[in-house]
Amino acid sequence: MADNNQSAEAQSDIHKKIRSAFKTFDFLSNNTVEACEINSVIYSLGCFPTQADLHAFISEVGEDNSGFIELDKFLPAMTKILLEHRFPPIPEERLLQAFEVLDKEKKGYLEPEELRKYMTEEGEPFTQEEMEEMLTALVDNKQKCVLYKEVIGQLVIDPDT
Amino acid sequence: MNVPVCFRQLKPQRVMGCGVGKSRPQQEKCDKVSISVPAATAIRAALLIQRWYRQYVARLEMRRRCTWNIFQSIEYAGEQNQIKLYNFFGFLMDHFTPASSERNLISHIFRENEVCHETEWERYFCYKGVEVPDSYSGPHLTFPMTFCGVSKLMEALKQKQQLHARYVLQILGETWRLLRFLPNINHVSVCQTKEITICGDLHGQLEDLLLIFYKNGLPSCEKPYVFNGDFVDRGKNSLEILLILFGFLLVYPHDVHLNRGNHEDHIVNLRYGFTKEVLGKYRVHGKKILKLLQKIFSWLPVATVINHKVLVVHGGISNSTNLNVLTRMDRHRYVSVLRPPKMIHGSSSRNGDAGGPVEGRRRVRSLTNHSFASTQRSVSPRRSLHNLSVNNDVSGSVEDELRKRHRLAGLDPAYRDTKTAEPDSEPRFGEGTGRHGHEWKQIVDLLWSDPMPQNGCIPNEVRGGGCYWGPDVTEEVLGRHNLQLLIRSHECKQDGYEFCHNRRVLTIFSASNYYEVGSNRGAYIRMGPDLVPHCIQYQASRTCRELTLRQSVRWTERSALQALKEQLFVHKSDLISAFKEFDPNKTGMISLRHWAVATESVLKLGLPWRMLRPQLISRTQYGMVNYQQWIRELSITEPKLQVSDTSIMDTMYKNHSNLETIFRMIDTDHSGLISFEEFHQTWKLLSSHLKMEISDKAIADLAQSMDFNKDGSIDINEFMEAFRLVDLSTHS
Repeated sequence: MADNNQSAEAQSDIHKKIRSAFKTFDFLSNNTVEACEINSVIYSLGCFPTQADLHAFISEVGEDNSGFIELDKFLPAMTKILLEHRFPPIPEERLLQAFEVLDKEKKGYLEPEELRKYMTEEGEPFTQEEMEEMLTALVDNKQKCVLYKEVIGQLVIDPDT
Repeated sequence: MNVPVCFRQLKPQRVMGCGVGKSRPQQEKCDKVSISVPAATAIRAALLIQRWYRQYVARLEMRRRCTWNIFQSIEYAGEQNQIKLYNFFGFLMDHFTPASSERNLISHIFRENEVCHETEWERYFCYKGVEVPDSYSGPHLTFPMTFCGVSKLMEALKQKQQLHARYVLQILGETWRLLRFLPNINHVSVCQTKEITICGDLHGQLEDLLLIFYKNGLPSCEKPYVFNGDFVDRGKNSLEILLILFGFLLVYPHDVHLNRGNHEDHIVNLRYGFTKEVLGKYRVHGKKILKLLQKIFSWLPVATVINHKVLVVHGGISNSTNLNVLTRMDRHRYVSVLRPPKMIHGSSSRNGDAGGPVEGRRRVRSLTNHSFASTQRSVSPRRSLHNLSVNNDVSGSVEDELRKRHRLAGLDPAYRDTKTAEPDSEPRFGEGTGRHGHEWKQIVDLLWSDPMPQNGCIPNEVRGGGCYWGPDVTEEVLGRHNLQLLIRSHECKQDGYEFCHNRRVLTIFSASNYYEVGSNRGAYIRMGPDLVPHCIQYQASRTCRELTLRQSVRWTERSALQALKEQLFVHKSDLISAFKEFDPNKTGMISLRHWAVATESVLKLGLPWRMLRPQLISRTQYGMVNYQQWIRELSITEPKLQVSDTSIMDTMYKNHSNLETIFRMIDTDHSGLISFEEFHQTWKLLSSHLKMEISDKAIADLAQSMDFNKDGSIDINEFMEAFRLVDLSTHS
């Protein structure tokens, strides 16, 4: 019984989190959010999906193609994702490993151009805009390179509890 | 925790609205990647980093959006408050019995401006009697205005010199004369090599106007401009902006076009700083200058159409927008867009010409009609009070009727709990009946509306006036008028501009850093004969452009939180009452969930309190918060003076802006002083509006303590200063 209570409470807690995040983009307070904004909602709930994951999720909850996502469809689907930890955060060590992989010469840092090449050509490539933003944020002003070990530590945002 | 990183196939990914780069065949990449790293591993690594970084950016975006919502909801709540207050006055005007002394006060405020002919006005506004002393070191203007003259003026204003009142009156006088010749809708054509520039809200931010001129060039025959309203209020150089814009208008009347915004309105100016700015800068002639500006604002065109294809208006449209109606109306009768049109001939509603008492000034909007097509509740027809006083046949039943309405309005203490006098039943401006009501709605919609993503057209409850209109309305209205694009302003946008409604509506906002340093860029539009808009962005202060993403979010966030804390502080006694309801056992603690619910019920800002909680509450114990302590820790200063009745203090704080607005309205001669009697009446009015009791003794005490000079009158500025909120924790 205690377990049930706990899980009910956990779920209700999750519902509140989801509603809160949803509300921020709910322009007219009528429980709909534009599909193009929903990514931010999902990310802000602590999830780390890929673009493909997002695409799939949106097709699932926004079936009527109106361009809007309704809260009553979003809520259960998102709850499931959170309970399953489907898109869990990336631990720092893995992130560090990823940077080290790209740092072929084992310099301990990445040149902006190196990073740009990978980010705009591999995986789920960045747009020009995304790339510029990343370079502005990650490139060290004095040394003009990406000191990835430091950067990983600095760019952690505390999730809302 | 084991994180499975899956290898995803490379194909073009399109997540709606969010651009993703083009994909390239895998083979090309293998060549570029050095042999020591297997391609698959590099790709996996890249994916991981992209995933991580996109999440980070989205989280920042969420915070930025939250911050934005805070500023915006406080801003709009303020606007809504003002409109409610103003509606309340209008409501009172219609329901007071002739003998009431409060009525005198209000009619004082609403005083029909004089039965003057234009020639008498000309005499009143004449600059000739104003001498310029030899000691004056500011710019001298000569008329007719020339390009050199405006440039010199601009230069001087840039150097923070102040133009002498004589020249101000002169330039305003010339502007007034010119505007009277302009039609309601400016029709502009852009042809051949010319490009037109369109600017949005400036709100007294002179640096932004100067920056636009610097980047884009000054107005001229080759460089036409449209300025889309809201030149004044909030910023501290509203008057300077007007002088420059009017200067260019006088020199290039065919190439400079001004649209009226919702802030080109003397009632709105009372609250949002323009009135104060003018009176502060021109102590002797300020009142006259303001009066002349009232006329000028009412004569500003309401729209501009470019090449018959692009409509430029300040706010927007509604499903009833009709450019023919707008073309035909007498726009100058709308001195304030918050009020129904004033009579042209004569101040009393003995209106022969205007079509009988039905169209009289007091026959404002129908009390309960929320759509002018239908009656939702049955209401007896309004009567003009003037007609009644003339009519000797005043039967007992009519007087009874009046007294009943007086009671229903909540003004008679004996009937204070009569339910009919709900805030919702207060009439909203712009929703009238009859021909004038319809026209009035047209102009209000044009200046106050906002677009929404959903289809339809609903009243704009957030601002208190105009509509929210959807993409279907855009299509219909543009189609009906054979137009292809709607350009509007009125809403602050982070990037200075924003498209919506399938790129058929473009919002342009030119006041950068509007909410706070780093909050947003400003932008302007350049458009050639092809009518394709190009948006150019800028940001006024150098420092914020160099801020990183994270820094600028933090900065604006801090400011928004400060604004929010002030709101929380002014509502503290209501908050404590609401918290206590969740704490029946008087433990002093409530859960975070209850905290959020209670806070929203008091502030009604529609903010996601749960998300904001970490930044507003520093200490919790097992998910509970000590609410008394929390309020104390908001760290806002106590007022400089102590008054025995604390509830009146609370009311003061909560109704800070309303009070100031009422004071300034009462102070019709703009002396900055009001008498004790007027002070007393103000409080009585406010207490009616708020439907609460404020004792005469409390008011008298307050008046005594406000009389800083002990001379029997109250200085408005000193009064407001005493209640200005100052943050004690400025060094956090």
